[in-house]
Amino acid sequence: MDFNDTPEEAKFRSEARAFLDANLKPKLRGREPGGGGDELARSKAYQKKKADAGFSGITWPKEHGGRGLPAIFQVIFGQEEGKYEPLGGPFIIGLGMCVPTIISMGTDAQRERFVAKALNGEEIWCQLFSEPSAGSDVAAARTRAVKDGEDWIVNGQKVWTSGAHISDWGLLLVRTDPELPKHKGLTMFIVNMKDPGVEVRPIHQMSGGSNFNEVYFTDVRIADAMRVGGVGEGWKVALVTLMNERLAVGGSPGPDYAEILELARRLSGPSGQGALLQDPAFRQKLADWYVSAEGYKLGRFRTMTALSKGGVPGPESSIGKIINANRLQDITNAAIEAQDHYGIVAQDGPDGVFGDAYLWAPGLRIAGGSDEILKNIIAERVLGLPQDPRADKDVAFKDLPTGR
Amino acid sequence: MNFDFSDEQKQLKDEARRFLADKASKSALRKILDGQSGLDGKAGASYDKTLWKGVAEMGWLGAAIPEAHGGLGLGRLELCVLAEEIGRSLAAVPFSSTVYFFAEALLLAGSDAQKAAWLPKIAQGDAIGCFAISEGPGAVSASAIRCSYENGALNGVKTPVTDGDVADAAIVLAKEGSGLSLFLAPLEGVARESLKTLEPTRGHAALTFKNTKAERIGEAGRGWELAEAVLDRAATLLAFEQVGGAQACLEMAVDYAKNRYAFSRPIGSFQGIKHKLADMYVNIEVARSNAYYAAWALSTEAPELKLAAAAARVAACEAYHFAAKENVQTHGGIGFTWEVDCHLFYRRAKLLAVQAGAPAVWKEKLVRQLEAKNAA
Repeated sequence: MDFNDTPEEAKFRSEARAFLDANLKPKLRGREPGGGGDELARSKAYQKKKADAGFSGITWPKEHGGRGLPAIFQVIFGQEEGKYEPLGGPFIIGLGMCVPTIISMGTDAQRERFVAKALNGEEIWCQLFSEPSAGSDVAAARTRAVKDGEDWIVNGQKVWTSGAHISDWGLLLVRTDPELPKHKGLTMFIVNMKDPGVEVRPIHQMSGGSNFNEVYFTDVRIADAMRVGGVGEGWKVALVTLMNERLAVGGSPGPDYAEILELARRLSGPSGQGALLQDPAFRQKLADWYVSAEGYKLGRFRTMTALSKGGVPGPESSIGKIINANRLQDITNAAIEAQDHYGIVAQDGPDGVFGDAYLWAPGLRIAGGSDEILKNIIAERVLGLPQDPRADKDVAFKDLPTGR
Repeated sequence: MNFDFSDEQKQLKDEARRFLADKASKSALRKILDGQSGLDGKAGASYDKTLWKGVAEMGWLGAAIPEAHGGLGLGRLELCVLAEEIGRSLAAVPFSSTVYFFAEALLLAGSDAQKAAWLPKIAQGDAIGCFAISEGPGAVSASAIRCSYENGALNGVKTPVTDGDVADAAIVLAKEGSGLSLFLAPLEGVARESLKTLEPTRGHAALTFKNTKAERIGEAGRGWELAEAVLDRAATLLAFEQVGGAQACLEMAVDYAKNRYAFSRPIGSFQGIKHKLADMYVNIEVARSNAYYAAWALSTEAPELKLAAAAARVAACEAYHFAAKENVQTHGGIGFTWEVDCHLFYRRAKLLAVQAGAPAVWKEKLVRQLEAKNAA
């Protein structure tokens, strides 16, 4: 047992640090991840440098412009990049999910056209899976694609689409045959987000920010050459995309035990005597937060060890988001209440992060798989428990019951 | 990055699991339980003597004892993997008292003569040790210790002492002058009152010292500090027992949930059960990761041990408590019966949660370490 990189990993890490130091500013803690303020031009310039330096597509095959390294190197770069301002945000979905899907499931022509331009930041991607009636149940997508000669005509609506407003291309899951059972009638396409039939409307989040969008499709014409995988194989392709999401899962982005410990040194405690940090009830909770944060951090080390030995990220990495998102909500809530009457005041400066994060923490528990879905994944894929009996099995999609 | 046990250590773990599956069966455990609970009409032994002999023959008692003192001279990491398997099997043997507390105290602070006198006997399985600091209900604190040492002899009462009913010697925290010191006391002739506890598969006693001959371990006046250091080591090793026990609960509950049908479907297909079992899994993984870190700190004698041991203990107590109670719950009515093993884990989980100090005490220790580390 030791915590050191192998010599090869250490060399890579120091190269990564040198690159990042030269090209990025240190990060400000507590800002909503992917939240406003990222200047697209700077992000694109950074991505170009990253690609030139060989830090884009670290795990991708060399023949597709990647570096062909094992997954551990992507994790190492992510650890180091995470210490800086998040300029890589606009490319996470494309490079983490959409383009890897095209590499493994797309045609040669598609790889030729899209991979390089994504790697060097020229083109941005979004993922068009979720719909108003297909959230956790993504395969319930209703957006229709109807064959018209050599093309397809798409009508429908997607939602929760991160970065749709800045995207050039989208990976689009649509229903091509409602006569078939739910999972069998889906097909995946690449859609040009600048097409006139594509309308992007920002969603105003409860936190005040707008990272997500609704995307409307009105008679959008897509060439059959833009289909990824076979007709009716959309679900299979979607699973590849979702599997790639696991490596992209980040750390704990908000204020954590160390920040609330510092706050508690400065605030008076509920007994009116001494600092909050001396309050026994607070101290017990602080210990719990520490144990949870360490459990996540050390669990990542265990995952890294497995990856270092050639393993692939499995469903067990779902744990991280469950514990981090819940701890964040708990800590931000405690920090606000600890300020007593004053807790409701939106503050500038370091203490303001608790209030800000309190408002975006609920989103973290939902995005990328809600707590409940992640627990189902753990129960079914890790523990081997049986699936729920399905009401949608072997029933034509058009005949499935729908609610609101 | 290599945050995992080595292949050799994993092999040792597999070997331990096979050995315990055979020699530490639940039916053997139940003989101790029934005897101690008075169910067979006569008081039985408080530990499984055949198993204890087998454990000694496997060399486990001396796994971390240097070869010079008759041990195998392996490391603490090896002890950790053994602890996990012992925890999983619920083995009814005085392993933790003897190895994690008594032997660790000697290794930490014993003189050469003390080590030479006791460690070979422990490694051979010829001596059982215990650790006596509690004197009654409430958090153990330096200022509340009444037991005292004067002119080479101990006086006072320690209760409850895990395995105190069968131990040959105890490590005792007592007053010496104005401070506290740690002592080694052979228990021959010491009055022992066996205690009825919530966990009859481990023996407990109240020990009454009356002019009991004892010798100091370590420096005079450093008793509290040394006891805390022993507890850090024991907490780390116990965390592995707890993770092993919690994992066994999870496996038991998963197996039941897959095979028990209600409303014409396995109960494991209901999200009420699924999410409960997923929570168990998450808690156990958090505990396991924290335990690994403490194991690393213990094995390298890193200064991080104090904080790491506290985190490991807090996480392990929580994971085992949750897994043990929700395992009963998953089983429903049958889980509430004497015949089904759920209560064996439920009982052991509680013993391990208080044996080295309760979680609340460790949370306080943890925060003190954090304060020192993040001193403004």
